[in-house]
Amino acid sequence: MRDAWRQRELWGHLGWQDIKQRYRRSVIGPLWITISMGTTALALGLLYSTLLGQELATFLPYVTVGFIVWNFILGVVTEGTEVFIANEGLIKHLPAPMTVHVLRMVWRQVLFFVHNLAVYVVVLAVFFPALTEQYKMEGDVVTHPGISWTIVLAIPAFALLVVNAVWVAILFGIISTRFRDIPPVIHSFINLIFFMTPIVWHVGVLNKFTEGDGNWKILIAEFNPLYHFLEIVRAPLLGQVQDWHHWVVVGAFTVVGWALALVALRNYRARVSYWV
Amino acid sequence: MVSIDVWNASVDFPIFDAKSRSLKKLALGKVGGKIGSEGRIPIIEALHDINISLRHGDRVGLVGHNGAGKSTLLRLLAGIYEPTRGSSRIQGKIAPVFDLGVGMDPEISGYENIMIRGLFLGMTRKEMEKRVDDIAEFTELGDYLSMPLRTYSTGMRVRLALGVVTSIDPEILLLDEGIGAVDAAFLEKARDRLNDLVKRSGILVFASHSDDFLVELCNTAIWMDEGRVKMQGSLREVVRTYKGRDPYEHLSPETLERIGQSPVLSGNGGE
Repeated sequence: MRDAWRQRELWGHLGWQDIKQRYRRSVIGPLWITISMGTTALALGLLYSTLLGQELATFLPYVTVGFIVWNFILGVVTEGTEVFIANEGLIKHLPAPMTVHVLRMVWRQVLFFVHNLAVYVVVLAVFFPALTEQYKMEGDVVTHPGISWTIVLAIPAFALLVVNAVWVAILFGIISTRFRDIPPVIHSFINLIFFMTPIVWHVGVLNKFTEGDGNWKILIAEFNPLYHFLEIVRAPLLGQVQDWHHWVVVGAFTVVGWALALVALRNYRARVSYWV
Repeated sequence: MVSIDVWNASVDFPIFDAKSRSLKKLALGKVGGKIGSEGRIPIIEALHDINISLRHGDRVGLVGHNGAGKSTLLRLLAGIYEPTRGSSRIQGKIAPVFDLGVGMDPEISGYENIMIRGLFLGMTRKEMEKRVDDIAEFTELGDYLSMPLRTYSTGMRVRLALGVVTSIDPEILLLDEGIGAVDAAFLEKARDRLNDLVKRSGILVFASHSDDFLVELCNTAIWMDEGRVKMQGSLREVVRTYKGRDPYEHLSPETLERIGQSPVLSGNGGE
């Protein structure tokens, strides 16, 4: 791990290279990342605000931010499972710490995220008046205070998300290298998880069915770890009420996940080059 | 101190076929008895009981048939494979040149590839920037360095790869066969540089089928056969036993003088 950190110039450079590489010879280059995110968020926001009877001015930003964060999670999980398999050549030919490949992938995803953040800035600019005042989304019990200084909470939240991305990639990467069934399994369930996670709908909607009390229906969201990861980043960016229990859940996942990843790294790091 | 020590090391590859590499098989195996358990995964013993000890100044040639374990041994020495049994200790900065296609991006320029290679070998960006001119001069690639790598011939790629590894002052240099594609003039230049490098600080291990390359670069040799070290000794003796002829017999007197060998091995002149 320490060696990998020392080689940060290497993975930093490679991560950049990956993005430049993808858009070499294309005229607007990495702007495509931003454009595709923009169109998707716009279309989904329009569709679901209508379907769920939501105010566009608050729901479109909600879908946009949710989708940007989701894209980061999606990238980390799907590419994380293949992080060692995809780098087979490099692993077998150059002695570099295994974590270098993981950090390169996570760094690439962070860069994607930053590109996508441009969409958030545009959406924020457009709906600024609606988002800075108090607002309520359809079905919500609580009133959201609107965007204020709490927006800075998004920074530690995203940092925590990145820290988690590293262990996810290490752990899933090692397991998938040994058991090649894991990547297809994850690929086939990730779409389902997208719809089960409050991204194009919001938890407040569930209140309609539970009349505001704790109920098994609300657990659909609460038992989904991704909801908590999403919420710690999303709520500050939208000026929504944030419950501290999300941070607790995320913190617990961080500790347990890292412990597992470190055990896997210690026991199986040397085997990865045999398995790929 | 630069050193390579390998004690009783073995490298076994588990060969997972599609069936045993899946979870399904493992899960079903528990239910129905012992089917598909770990013990049934076939293993290829690529290296067996390897004992090697190399010190500063050693220039070792690896000889042996295809599949004898030369490349695997190089990867063991590079630290890419940790021995499944036995142990190894490698001290020093390692620079491997194995497959020339790997770690080189065909779409980006030679300059950028130099940078990436260097970073992979543990250099910093600043250190590499200082060396770029030196590498450009050594490789004689000139303006080609700003062209995408896919426009390069194999020989040009070898030049680039050798240019990078020799410029970064590695302590342990591991070369696999590929470098045969360079022309004679460049080889001479590379030889001087490699010899210089080995003299200054280091160990060279070079796997090759070409006597000429071995003679130019190495003084001792290891003969690999079926994953074992069959013979270890001076280059001349090992190659003579392996190939059945003296690798020096057809060399010109000038070459022999340069590499410091007598024309005929004493006492065995008739062979």
